[in-house]
Amino acid sequence: MPSISRDEVAHLAKLARLAVTEDELDLFAGQLDVILQSVASVGDIATADIPPTSHAVPLTNVFREDVVRPSLGQQQALSGAPEAEDGRFRVPRILGEEA
Amino acid sequence: MTNDLIHATAAELAAKIHSGEISSVEVTQAHLDRIAETDAKVHAFLHVDTEGALAQARKVDEAVKAGEQVSSLAGVPLALKDVMTTEGVPTTVGSKILEGWIPPYDATVTRKLKEAGVVILGKTNMDEFAMGSSTENSAYGPTHNPWDLDRIPGGSGGGSSAALAALQAPLAIGTDTGGSIRQPGAVTGTVGVKPTYGGVSRYGLVAFSSSLDQAGPCARTVLDAALLHEIIAGYDHMDSTSINAPVPPVVAAAREGLSGDLSGLRVGVVTQFSGDGYQQGVARSFEAAVSQLKELGAEIADVSCPSFDYALPAYYLIAPSECSSNLARFDAMRYGLRVGDDGTRSTEEVMSLTREAGFGPEVKRRIMIGTYALSSGYYDAYYGSAQKVRTLITQDFAKAFEKFDVLISPTTPTTAFKIGERANDPMAMYKADLCTIPANLAGTPAMSVPSGLSDEDGMPVGLQIMAPALQDHRMYRVAAAYEAARGAFGGPSL
Repeated sequence: MPSISRDEVAHLAKLARLAVTEDELDLFAGQLDVILQSVASVGDIATADIPPTSHAVPLTNVFREDVVRPSLGQQQALSGAPEAEDGRFRVPRILGEEA
Repeated sequence: MTNDLIHATAAELAAKIHSGEISSVEVTQAHLDRIAETDAKVHAFLHVDTEGALAQARKVDEAVKAGEQVSSLAGVPLALKDVMTTEGVPTTVGSKILEGWIPPYDATVTRKLKEAGVVILGKTNMDEFAMGSSTENSAYGPTHNPWDLDRIPGGSGGGSSAALAALQAPLAIGTDTGGSIRQPGAVTGTVGVKPTYGGVSRYGLVAFSSSLDQAGPCARTVLDAALLHEIIAGYDHMDSTSINAPVPPVVAAAREGLSGDLSGLRVGVVTQFSGDGYQQGVARSFEAAVSQLKELGAEIADVSCPSFDYALPAYYLIAPSECSSNLARFDAMRYGLRVGDDGTRSTEEVMSLTREAGFGPEVKRRIMIGTYALSSGYYDAYYGSAQKVRTLITQDFAKAFEKFDVLISPTTPTTAFKIGERANDPMAMYKADLCTIPANLAGTPAMSVPSGLSDEDGMPVGLQIMAPALQDHRMYRVAAAYEAARGAFGGPSL
């Protein structure tokens, strides 16, 4: 398997919404390379005829009667919010400055 | 008196509390005192809930006085891993991103403990988001192994295992994604059980890798673990992966095991878990355990599970992949930390700054590995192949269980290593879970029971017992029989 470059790690960090520092990029590039080379061995025995397993217990949809059950109230749901306003989560701007 | 109370088993304490011989308040206070005395050295707890614990203890004492029927462990103190939500009590998962978060609801495990009258002493330290094998990845500093304070107590549930070994609590709860109950149990000389996947509800368990995460009981004796298992297990409609089946009869099996007869029981020794990389003291302790099981009447033979050699790499693709998705919920919008929101930055910028500040290095590494393994172009080679290995491991277990009732191995390749020794070498750290991971990938139950001390370094060693899905009781029977034959092996002095 190809080794992973510093630029690729920077791209992964961006995808994962991690504002990593330059020093971290150097550290992680080396470590991720070692880890990925080591785990690539799964390809040695994973032949085309083997079905994949995503879950130890086969998952089926679970149905229930459509009845109201107790749930968190608005105050409880907002209790851990970094910022709240008028009974809602307050978030930073989502659109660009020009909006 | 205090000394007797902290050395007693949960079963002994429960009997005395329920007969009125001692009060739960006395027992709870003795453990709170023990924590106050020893936790500066051990650092097992992130939060001690003195008021809540004593209030629960008083409630149980009143119920006993009133002659009410109480649960098997009512009034007995317990240490709860900080991965389980607790209404009104901080839950951090060992991470800065949830520092100061007070959950508005109880996990199902927390609720069941409260309903059973179990006294929750507080929340125990852990590797951040349960990612690690040493508790060094906690954002709040490491926990120290009570047997040797310079060594790790295992991880991710090192706080829970250390609390048991330090006599701070007779019971604890852990969660096991790749060995986070069993490996800490092994290196602290305590009992740790990972039940069948789906046997204990994951509702309110802060998710790391949802297809692998499983909560379970930790204790100093097999019977105590069984009693706790029975309280926390069972179907829960709040968890879509919860198994709708009766709880395996683990308490009856533990009591049956105490008779010490394992005649005719077929035990397979997994040959993959020996040889290079296994400390000699661990290997010798394991051999001694095998001899004792033979003396108890078990029929023992080797069994080969070739795919187990690939369990570690498969795990370090599957778990990071699931975590990269699960931890996307920490977005700085609804709960937890928010950094850099100065009115000029966008949501996306605040999100990235918050996650950078709130997550530690191991969590970032795993999120990025998972992001890589799931990205187009690499998916088939990495995540896809790992899922196929998971199939092979499940098949190897099934084949082995055609011939054997239970499988055994050492729980860990080595005894507790020194704090700092593997901190900068992720692959060396990952190898601590070599023997425990296959059971997580297959969803089968497995446990660690102490097999005494290594003759090299005097540190505890664990014997792992594995059983087929929903046959959790089988391993309790074997473990209880073995425990009785093994006898006492001392304890740490603090």
